[in-house]
Amino acid sequence: MRSKLAFAVALSVAATTVALPALAQKQGGTLRIYHRDNLPSASIHEEATISTVQPFMGVFNNLVVFDQQKPLNTMETIVPDLAESWAWDSTNTKLTFKLRQGVKWHDGKPFTAKDVQCTWNKLTGKDPDDFRKNPRAIWWQNLKEVTVNGDHEATFVLNRPQPSFLMMFASGYTPVYPCHVSTKDMRTNPIGTGPFKFVEFKRGDSVKFARNPDYWKKGKPHVDAIEWKVIENRSTRILAFVAGEFDMTFGTDVTIPLLKDVTSQAPKAVCELAPTYVSSNLIINPKAPPFSDPKVRRAMALAIDRKAFIEILSNGRDDISGAMLPPPAGVWGMPPEELQKLPGYSADVEKSRAEGRKIMEGLGYSEAKPLPVKVATRNIAVYRDPAVILIDQLKKVHIAGELDVVDTSIWHAKVTRGEYAVGLNLTGVGVDDPDVNLYENYSCNSERNLTKYCNKDVDALIDKQSQELDVGKRKKVVWEIEHKLAEDLARPIIAYQRAATCWQPYVKGFVLHQNSIYNNWRYEDVWLDK
Amino acid sequence: MGAYIVRRLLLMLVTLVGMSILIFVMLRLVPGNITDIIFDSAGFVNPAQKAKIERQLGLDQPIVVQYVNWIGGLMKGDLGYAYVSEKPAIDEILPRIPVTAKLAALALIFSVLFGVPLGVLSAVRQNTALDYVLRVISLSGLSLPSFWLGLLILMGFVHFLGWIPIYRSDTGSMWEELVLLSIPAAAVGFRSSALVMRLTRSSMLEVLRQDYIRTARAKGASEGSINYDHALRNAVLPVVTIIGIEAAFLIGGLIVTETVFNIPGVARFLVEAIRWRDYPIVQNLVMFIAIIVVLVNFLVDLMYVALDPRIKYED
Repeated sequence: MRSKLAFAVALSVAATTVALPALAQKQGGTLRIYHRDNLPSASIHEEATISTVQPFMGVFNNLVVFDQQKPLNTMETIVPDLAESWAWDSTNTKLTFKLRQGVKWHDGKPFTAKDVQCTWNKLTGKDPDDFRKNPRAIWWQNLKEVTVNGDHEATFVLNRPQPSFLMMFASGYTPVYPCHVSTKDMRTNPIGTGPFKFVEFKRGDSVKFARNPDYWKKGKPHVDAIEWKVIENRSTRILAFVAGEFDMTFGTDVTIPLLKDVTSQAPKAVCELAPTYVSSNLIINPKAPPFSDPKVRRAMALAIDRKAFIEILSNGRDDISGAMLPPPAGVWGMPPEELQKLPGYSADVEKSRAEGRKIMEGLGYSEAKPLPVKVATRNIAVYRDPAVILIDQLKKVHIAGELDVVDTSIWHAKVTRGEYAVGLNLTGVGVDDPDVNLYENYSCNSERNLTKYCNKDVDALIDKQSQELDVGKRKKVVWEIEHKLAEDLARPIIAYQRAATCWQPYVKGFVLHQNSIYNNWRYEDVWLDK
Repeated sequence: MGAYIVRRLLLMLVTLVGMSILIFVMLRLVPGNITDIIFDSAGFVNPAQKAKIERQLGLDQPIVVQYVNWIGGLMKGDLGYAYVSEKPAIDEILPRIPVTAKLAALALIFSVLFGVPLGVLSAVRQNTALDYVLRVISLSGLSLPSFWLGLLILMGFVHFLGWIPIYRSDTGSMWEELVLLSIPAAAVGFRSSALVMRLTRSSMLEVLRQDYIRTARAKGASEGSINYDHALRNAVLPVVTIIGIEAAFLIGGLIVTETVFNIPGVARFLVEAIRWRDYPIVQNLVMFIAIIVVLVNFLVDLMYVALDPRIKYED
């Protein structure tokens, strides 16, 4: 109820912001934002982190994009970008984009359909100068080829119908790259068609962008420049924002406990708390005995008290959910009454734990002789904190966990190699769509399926929902998948996090998205009322 | 003396070669490498692509070949390419050195200007209220962690007084920069000044009890002349040693201070490079620091001769 109310308030705030463009936007000024860490590279296609997409999304355009002024990412909020229009053929396997004419890259070269073809050839490994890493290759697995018809038309030919294919084009993760610039240069000196031109990237210090005077959307962007300052120390950067040295915080950088400090020390600042579509989840290595035994995994799932987790970590503000983000922000997630039907989600936690203890006792474990296990997690507070709570909860089913803090830089390498038994991980989802989330995290052939969970029945269901044109029917299949994932304990989701983004009251025209943190950083509508 | 200097220079060369091997090997013993880290921000690891990157970076070659390539490049002034930014390592390192050098120099000046006079004062006023106050200050300087002190200073100067900005889009004039750097420099120098103060005090107390001080006093020399001309000159040798050592170890304090005050210097960059296993940056920077340490020690040894005529290095 509280989250529904909060969501309604957030939406009305966003709607008010949208209803205000009657105010004349002022041109000029520099938008100053702090960055929370050293961004790995400038190439959005090669990274899977908000650290890159947030500063660099403004350099590029997509074919289509989620409306930057609407808080929800849905099929209905997709608007044209480099594509003026799009259409499916009668077989629903060919998606043709009519491209905008007269658009130029920042280096003056014309944008054509060849650039579109080139970008997706790189994404599907068909270009010799392919990406050094391609984290979202799975998004495009159904893409057979991209054909061009002249300079201003590109057609995406699919192997089978995929109605939500368009959603992936609208993400901040899906910019169009220029054909004539190498992938190496795109990592260090990116060229785009977007509202801001890349100026300078001083590692560990700052990233600067300047207004693109030739931007094809006349009159935009409103600010002359965006300057990002890297401040890794959280106390320092929050202090700097409170002292008025920055116009905006890094997106979702203000945690719920910190939000109180920021709003009390900078009462005029606008702070919006929103779902992040980043989950904390339990990863269990099914190849590491005794966790290869489904009974042990089931006992672990029964030990989890999600309500206690979110009470401790976020004063109850985070969202309990299955794999998909729950409503009201999430379009595909289950409402609480459905969620409780999932195995391991019962409201009666004590009963579940008693069942878990019984399972463990049947396997020869007891309070006096618990199962020892190292709970691996990344050495970052947002990972460590839930891991500590998890260890405490596992005790309730005779599992004695010990925190194994892994150097943050080698976390994914360790998990990919299977060098863990039990772990606590965070997973962000780029677009609120089952095709994105389910293929990426739970399908047998996804490289980002960290636990290597593989169930052919689930794969078949994922394919089934992906082809379903009727939204209601598709949702039913998605919920069926949710049941299977919960039964199989495939990466049990503990909670979806919420976090705040703050900006000074004179920053106008910015709308925070409510069901993804990766898609609203174009900054072309932002202006400074100074 | 000439032969001594030559001997020391040769010894320095041997030390640096040893250091280079140590740095090179130890860096590769740390778990994880750059390819793991490059993939980390993509949230997965693809073994085939990983192997391709390793080949491109020369990490698939035997460690001896990698070492020879590095040293060979170093001899020609080629520091290689930074793995993360894919830019020449020299372009990444050089712009950051002046920032840290200024900060380190200011911190050292602070520690000497405060540490030596206050140490003398504490010794000549032994067991007075002033001595106790100075001893408490020096003890707090040694016991306060620099990150905490830095945060306190930051809160005071940024939040309450608004004297120093965290965010600056330009560096301003040289004088302006020095003024801004003086506050973080004081945070680093406070610990060193406490150490210098305590050492100056104990050296002075020892010297002040010597017969020749009593003789000077009997001859009617003024207190100022006794304390500064006779006592301090003889008490200063261990202090010079500790200042030399502190100059070398300052880098540790600078890492924390540059992080807390968000100063884009070489110390913070080094930690960042270690975290990213950016070998070309780390090994060249640590080598640079090693050269500074060895040189400072050499200069301190030479200063002994100037400060104390009794010391002579045999040829």
